[in-house]
Amino acid sequence: MRKPLTLRILSALDKKSWLALGIFLALALVVVPVLHLHFPEDSALHVSTYAITLIGKIMCYALVAVAMDLIWGYGGILSLGHGLFFALGGYAFGMYLMRQIGRDGSYGADLPDFMVFLDWKELPWFWLGSDKFGWVAFLVMAVPALVAFVFGYFAFRSRIKGVYFSIITQALTYAAMLLFFRNETGFGGNNGFTDFKRVLGYSITSSETRLVLFGLTAVMLAVTLVFSAWLVKSKFGRVLTAIRDAESRVMFIGYNPLWYKLTIWVISAVLCGIAGALYVPQVGIINPSEMSPGNSIEIAIWVAVGGRGTLIGPVIGAFVVNLAKSWFTVSFPEYWLFFLGLLFIVVTLMLPQGLVGLWKKIMTKKGAEAC
Amino acid sequence: MKKTLIALLLGLGSLSAQAALDPMQVRQLAAEDSTDKVAAIRQLTQTADPDAVRVLKAMSEDSLFLAGDKVVIIDGDKAFDGATGEAIKMPANPESPTVNNRIRGELASALAALKLFDADAGVRLASAQKLQSQVTPEMAPLLARALEKETDAQIKALLVLAHAQANLGNADPAARLAAVKALAETSSPTIKSVLLPLTEKAGEPDDKVRYEAIAAVKAIDSRLAIAENVGRAFSGLSLGSILLLGALGLAITYGVMGIINMAHGELLMVGAYATYGMQTLFRAYFPNAIDWYLPAAIPVAFFAAALVGVIMERTVIRWLYGRTLETLLATWGLSLVLIQSARVLFGAQNVEVSNPSWMSGGIEVMPNLILPWNRIIIVGFAMFVLFLVWVLMNKTRLGMFVRAVTQNRAMAGCVGVPTARIDTMAFALGAGIAGLGGVALSQISNVGPDMGQGYIVDSFMVVVVGGVGQLAGAVWAALGLGIFSKLLEGWAGAVIAKISILVCIIIFIQKRPQGIFALKGRFVE
Repeated sequence: MRKPLTLRILSALDKKSWLALGIFLALALVVVPVLHLHFPEDSALHVSTYAITLIGKIMCYALVAVAMDLIWGYGGILSLGHGLFFALGGYAFGMYLMRQIGRDGSYGADLPDFMVFLDWKELPWFWLGSDKFGWVAFLVMAVPALVAFVFGYFAFRSRIKGVYFSIITQALTYAAMLLFFRNETGFGGNNGFTDFKRVLGYSITSSETRLVLFGLTAVMLAVTLVFSAWLVKSKFGRVLTAIRDAESRVMFIGYNPLWYKLTIWVISAVLCGIAGALYVPQVGIINPSEMSPGNSIEIAIWVAVGGRGTLIGPVIGAFVVNLAKSWFTVSFPEYWLFFLGLLFIVVTLMLPQGLVGLWKKIMTKKGAEAC
Repeated sequence: MKKTLIALLLGLGSLSAQAALDPMQVRQLAAEDSTDKVAAIRQLTQTADPDAVRVLKAMSEDSLFLAGDKVVIIDGDKAFDGATGEAIKMPANPESPTVNNRIRGELASALAALKLFDADAGVRLASAQKLQSQVTPEMAPLLARALEKETDAQIKALLVLAHAQANLGNADPAARLAAVKALAETSSPTIKSVLLPLTEKAGEPDDKVRYEAIAAVKAIDSRLAIAENVGRAFSGLSLGSILLLGALGLAITYGVMGIINMAHGELLMVGAYATYGMQTLFRAYFPNAIDWYLPAAIPVAFFAAALVGVIMERTVIRWLYGRTLETLLATWGLSLVLIQSARVLFGAQNVEVSNPSWMSGGIEVMPNLILPWNRIIIVGFAMFVLFLVWVLMNKTRLGMFVRAVTQNRAMAGCVGVPTARIDTMAFALGAGIAGLGGVALSQISNVGPDMGQGYIVDSFMVVVVGGVGQLAGAVWAALGLGIFSKLLEGWAGAVIAKISILVCIIIFIQKRPQGIFALKGRFVE
């Protein structure tokens, strides 16, 4: 007899992790809003709008990092093109946000400003229905899923793997970036989408909307973590890990790795798309530079810093690297690339298991000394 | 039109009847009215007489004067009769005729046309070439005569074209038809634009001529398209050469060590900055030999990039053997450090590297196809480097060791190949070749901290398509990708070309996962 679903989900995490997750959600959904709304700006306890935007943004990144970890840490497939799925989700939701501007753009027209600028008379076909939230929410997941499925099917079918796969994903996101840079593609060219006014009719700059988006991101991150924990512990996850460690053996036992890889690849892409959709309204802009190969490879370093093959690792990594980034780019902008470059080198050379691995090592050492 | 014919008859008459010029015409040069002057200049031009050249030249140099009823040329303290050229007594008070800009222009083209009758073939050739772009219908008889007298085949061909162009305005449809037929043989965009008005009813009343003109424009168009495609194929060849220089090094390092070096593009950048450094050095210390900075930069760039490569290999890559995905990340980190170092050292802006004088210009193959020297030299340079690498890999001990390690590292180690040292050497070699690629790149594109990034994806595509461990694969893949992408670019635009090439590569890998030239044998993962 299989256990009921609720029980299976409950058993995905141990008690300590459930507790940590609960504290995290309580912080994000209760404490931060209270601190933001009920303390004046000069109070020491006030959480500024800047901090909320920053943390919200990093939570989106953490979501991407978890998605990346599913495919890299558990599937052994290093994607250097995850920025593409993130940006696709962002662009899909950006279309909706552009339509929500309505006639408040600088040209006061029904069409988005950039289309007026290009002298277009009507919306291109792929913008059809972009004013309906439900359809856009579907697109946010469906577009990355479709792209990932088509690309992944052909790539995995011919058993492209290792660095070859990484390079091809990099080329994919690079090509997509070039495509989105063109004005004729119909997504705003260089400038992308920006100057959003409303989401679901609420002002996008109001504190309440920001807090709701912040909370939604936190919930999404928590749900993704629970889902991932359940997924990697399931039979599917175990086969996946086996493929990572010895693909040929798994094949000889009688599994077809194609569908396992493809499934996790598509799931990962969908999670990235959702993260992108949550990111755009909080940051207020999406442009093709999100698809640059450099951005995608940075995702990999978040995961590597935190620790591959653990679920909390990517979250930690995303927070550590991005907090460091916002600190560096304000204080020592010219040293940020040096730091990031050295981080890549040091983490791969000295910390193959990331910060989580380091922590575990220290704990086992302590444990051994205690005995 | 009739006027021209009469002028032609007059001109012919004057040529046979008398040696000297018609005094009436010469007198008209000093007429009050500009239009009369122009007519006189044109008529004198028609005579194609050396005396006419003398008079018109004098007029353009302001040494033509009117004394009483006679036109005289005054050169210093001597005076000559305008019509006969005989020396005469200095007239009392010569008047200078007004020569305004319109007249000057007319004189210049008249003198240019008269050069067609010069004794020196070189002068005639230059004049015929110059005429191509400024033929007027009035010149037709003049050109016809020049054509009659011409013996040199090259000049004759040019004159035929010029004559045909002039005849396009002829009143006789048969003459126009012949002219169009003659022009259909050319492949120049200017002639096409001359013919275009004749393809419409408003420009050409005669159906036969019009159809001929349409056919001629079509023929010229197809020849122009060929030239354009040849030009594209050539620029693809030069792009392929750059890709080859980038990919050769990658193919060696990936083949030997199984390492994808993401900082390879930055090694190109190191080579380009080394070229810039040599240029600065030569400008400061050897300004007379500035053209030689480029040959001097070749070894410097090679060793600079090789040195950076050795440092990279010894400090980072050495520790990551067997962990290819991690190497990818670590070398990406290295590339970030190198980019930022270049920004700190040389500034974030692009630096200026100029072509040596012997690399500017090009060979004109067709009127609309010029192959620039810098690209020709780059193609040659890539072939030269390829040859050196081939010799090194196939004819030297080091090359043998590198091949041995590529094929079977463990076995090579067992028979005494110092595999660790070979790794370093191979990496340095690959880096050095990338440095050479940087020298080539500095001559055709911007030199800046980010320059390597654009080439890295393409270089990897070359390695992926070409297959690992074989130089031939890299060569064919690089040239093929270069030419293919340039041809596609001309047809569909740069972005679509890039995307379709990527799609093609993905499809290609479906069929041949090991690349074009896979090593034969059975491999176990």
